[in-house]
Amino acid sequence: MSISIIDYGMGNLRSVQKGFEKTGFAAKLVREPHEVYDAKALVLPGVGAFKNCLQNLESLRLLTPIIKSIASGKPFMGICLGLQILFSESEEFGRTPGLDIIKGKVVRFQADKPDGASVKLLKIPHMGWNTIKKQKICPYLDNIEDGSFLYFVHSFYIAPEDPEIITTTTGYGVEFVSSIWKDNIFACQFHPEKSQAVGLKLLKTFAEIAT
Amino acid sequence: MLAKRIIPCLDVKDGRVVKGINFVNLKDAGDPVDNAIFYDAEGADELVFLDITASHERRKIILKVVEDTASEVFMPLTVGGGIRDLEDIRNLLNAGADKVSINTAAVSDPQFVKNAAEKFGSQCIVVAIDAKRTPQEQGCRQKWGVFVHGGRTPTGIDAVQWAEKMEALGAGEILLTSMDRDGTKDGYDLELTRTISRSVTIPVIASGGVGTMQHLYEGLTEGEADAALAASIFHYREHSVKEVKQYLKERGVTVRI
Repeated sequence: MSISIIDYGMGNLRSVQKGFEKTGFAAKLVREPHEVYDAKALVLPGVGAFKNCLQNLESLRLLTPIIKSIASGKPFMGICLGLQILFSESEEFGRTPGLDIIKGKVVRFQADKPDGASVKLLKIPHMGWNTIKKQKICPYLDNIEDGSFLYFVHSFYIAPEDPEIITTTTGYGVEFVSSIWKDNIFACQFHPEKSQAVGLKLLKTFAEIAT
Repeated sequence: MLAKRIIPCLDVKDGRVVKGINFVNLKDAGDPVDNAIFYDAEGADELVFLDITASHERRKIILKVVEDTASEVFMPLTVGGGIRDLEDIRNLLNAGADKVSINTAAVSDPQFVKNAAEKFGSQCIVVAIDAKRTPQEQGCRQKWGVFVHGGRTPTGIDAVQWAEKMEALGAGEILLTSMDRDGTKDGYDLELTRTISRSVTIPVIASGGVGTMQHLYEGLTEGEADAALAASIFHYREHSVKEVKQYLKERGVTVRI
């Protein structure tokens, strides 16, 4: 059974697909509403701007199928923007409403925030390899060690209202939430498809649980 | 804590790596995919392919190289060289590149950077700056000029102002090469690297001049770079990526091991 990766013209989907294939799972790109409804497990990747992401999904008539699929309990993995758009709203371009599936906001890193004792400005985007701190037991992260390095590239981060859903945090000027787990949703700010062996382990675990 | 990145750079010509890894365990030193797999296993944090294919007709070959690499290696991949329009960028991203590096086209038309960032997101737009020291006037601070066409053509643009402008137009990262140091093995131009790194709030990759592990250390500390790029030190197996990272770690630099 295959993983369906939602293709809506944002970013590098090929790596996500190849990542699943590398770990022994079939994965296909889908862009039709009925394909989203028919999928057994969904992955929503994406990099770029919050607003463009929602607009693209809307114009492809994929928003409703995604919302309904998540509500039906279908295994769902969000990556980067695919995590952020689940939230109520984003600070990007003023205020942009999100899907509101998860309560909370998406906020921007502050460049002038002092990082510990140093007063150096934060570089934005937060780009490169950073560590995760596990906050609770989560089956998706069972095979990944606390303190593992994963690859990030983003300028905004999520601030969920419910602390219970937080699975990992990561430090960059602030301690931000780098992944969440709620019912059938696992979503992360880092890119498993770009995180070499550790990332592939996460994709494999998701596929095993989902299929 | 965010790790400092170590980035091997591969020159690719007509689909073949020029100066590929000279190593017994590597089947084909000219195969970009074999090289990428090798660096992946060694713990490189990212890879840069610089396409130096001269003929425009043969430039499509790089797309196949990127496709094959992205199917085997799951790490960030930047591709630079000869990128002229949005279509070039789209093709590379679709093939599996995560970022593209723009140099001459940014100088010819700075709005191209803005259009590219708006279309594909700042995170995938790297602006490459080739900078060279300008003769210092008495009592004035050191300045650097921007060069294009592989460092052959001066533009008369000040490198610091140019970096600031590129950030304002939406560049997500600066790949900074010192033309004074490139190929010398004398180390990065640390003053240049630090000056640019302090002028922008986007990450800066230091490039040009690495001959020893200490040079990489200096670039990331004194030079205040966020990432260090090198070519020959890795290609000729003078040091492995693993060795470099161990060296940096022992000296207190946060690296991913």
